[in-house]
Amino acid sequence: MNNPTVYPLAMRVVHWLMAALILSLLFVGLSMVTSLGLWQYQLLTWHKAAGLVAAVAVVLRLAIRLRLNTPRLPENMPKLQQFAAKLTHLAFYLLLLLMPVTGYLMQNAAGRPINAFGIMLPQLIPTDLAWYGLFRELHAWFSVLLILLIILHITAASYHGLIKRDGVLRSMIRK
Amino acid sequence: MRYWALVAVPTVLTAAFFYAASDNRHEVSAQDFVNLQQGNAIQPGFRRAHAKGFCVSGDFISSGTLAEYSSAQVFQAGQYPFIGRFSVAGNNPTAPDLKAPVRSLALTLLPETAEQWRTAMNTPPVLAVGTPEKFYQQLLALQNNTIAEFFAAHPETAAFRNWRASYQPTLSYATEQYHSINAFYLINAAGKQQAVRWAAVPTVGAANQLPDPEAVDALQQELFARLSDGPVIFDLVFSLATSADDENDATIIWPDTNPQLIAGQLQIKQATEQSNGQCNAINFDPLVLPRGILPSADPILRARGAAYAESHRRRAREVLLNTATGAHHE
Ligand code: HEM
Ligand code: HEM
Repeated sequence: MNNPTVYPLAMRVVHWLMAALILSLLFVGLSMVTSLGLWQYQLLTWHKAAGLVAAVAVVLRLAIRLRLNTPRLPENMPKLQQFAAKLTHLAFYLLLLLMPVTGYLMQNAAGRPINAFGIMLPQLIPTDLAWYGLFRELHAWFSVLLILLIILHITAASYHGLIKRDGVLRSMIRK
Repeated sequence: MRYWALVAVPTVLTAAFFYAASDNRHEVSAQDFVNLQQGNAIQPGFRRAHAKGFCVSGDFISSGTLAEYSSAQVFQAGQYPFIGRFSVAGNNPTAPDLKAPVRSLALTLLPETAEQWRTAMNTPPVLAVGTPEKFYQQLLALQNNTIAEFFAAHPETAAFRNWRASYQPTLSYATEQYHSINAFYLINAAGKQQAVRWAAVPTVGAANQLPDPEAVDALQQELFARLSDGPVIFDLVFSLATSADDENDATIIWPDTNPQLIAGQLQIKQATEQSNGQCNAINFDPLVLPRGILPSADPILRARGAAYAESHRRRAREVLLNTATGAHHE
């Protein structure tokens, strides 16, 4: 196959939908754990449902990613930068899987039911305080890593788009 | 110019995340609240409020009386298991039972099912104030010995003060009445909603002696002894709001003339120390509700979820670290 210059449409669509979903999940997550406000309850309910949707979306996206041909990074890009780019993309997939997994297990350990569209999802680990402590902290720490990664990723994308103008940013935007 | 934009992008983003994560943007955050509740002498692994208590379990015998008001499983006639916890208010897990101003009963009915219902109930039928911010000020005033001034400045505390003046603590957890205080909505299959409050009402008269009145856990001993003679039973009584009641204001008592319905009987059968009981791992967040029950917009009720979660997070982290460092091996 030849080397495409843009990501396949399916991946671009999934990328931007997920970007919006993950950013909302992060902002809602951070707000709801400090707020005593009336909306906290609705935010939490939304967070859990949207978090499960995100889990399904990441798996779908990985499946598409592994099947489709994606654009190569520019030839003249230093090898170290190319490696860094690949590493951050891998870290993204990993964290995007770990966030919903820790969220899910945290709910299990707290003995709270997880309902998806009226169906009760299985409890995979026992209701236990130490397990809760583990997954509650991991959910928070992974979210910090994810935020750092997002800032790095957006900065790098802006660098390509604003300074280098080498088509890397464009590959995720237009045809 | 383009370089400025490159600097601006991560700066704005970082600032946005910092703002979202900061608890200082709230007048009182969940963290502020729990900090105040736990005080300076942190008790690792224990609840930051209602630290002293023990676990119970038993069955709820639902009469089916509320089935026409709510589609929740617990209100359909039948027998449903629950786990629960008796406790006294305060952050000290070794405080003397008899010194506490408030006693509590918390329940998780139908645990480990999608129909799970949690409730945490206290002896007062009303709250002194109506918002978490004012409640925070009330706790501050208690700590600073300025509660008289606080009450004087807040006329909405009248119903609470009247209750407190007339309340006589009994000599048993089994003979107290425990109130949801906050209101909720029952939703039936047709989608019709009815605002309610509920209370666990004792079925036996006040006891007149304690096994050991001097003991720190005098009430716990009494309940354990009582259970060896058979179940401890409460009626779960629902009070239905009328158009005259405001379900979002927990500072006002609803009249006795409102319809009162008995949803069923709570039969408490076993009790265990909290350190090895099932009730220790969970928090009794009153916003864990099955379909058929919804929370009112009472600001205090809505504030409880995040505060309970913060307390739960802290004690769970402490237990985790303890387990990890082997400090607590049997
Ligand atoms: C990609 C998916 C997800 C992201 C990005 C995400 C992000 C976050 C963040 C940033 C927080 C705040 C953490 C803190 O500052 O302490 C949070 C809290 C929380 N998340 Fe998620 N989350 C995701 C999925 C889930 C899922 C699937 C569930 C459960 C089904 C879940 C349940 C929770 C709960 C219950 C809290 C609050 C815990 C508390 O109140 O102490 N999350 N999440
Ligand atoms: C803004 C108001 C309130 C705040 C911030 C608050 C805070 C807390 C916290 C942090 C806990 C410990 C949770 C845990 O670690 O498991 C707790 C427990 C409890 N609260 Fe509240 N509370 C509030 C209002 C109320 C009200 C109105 C009631 C009664 C109707 C109540 C009844 C209880 C009971 C019974 C427990 C003990 C539950 C157990 O046995 O685990 N609270 N509260």
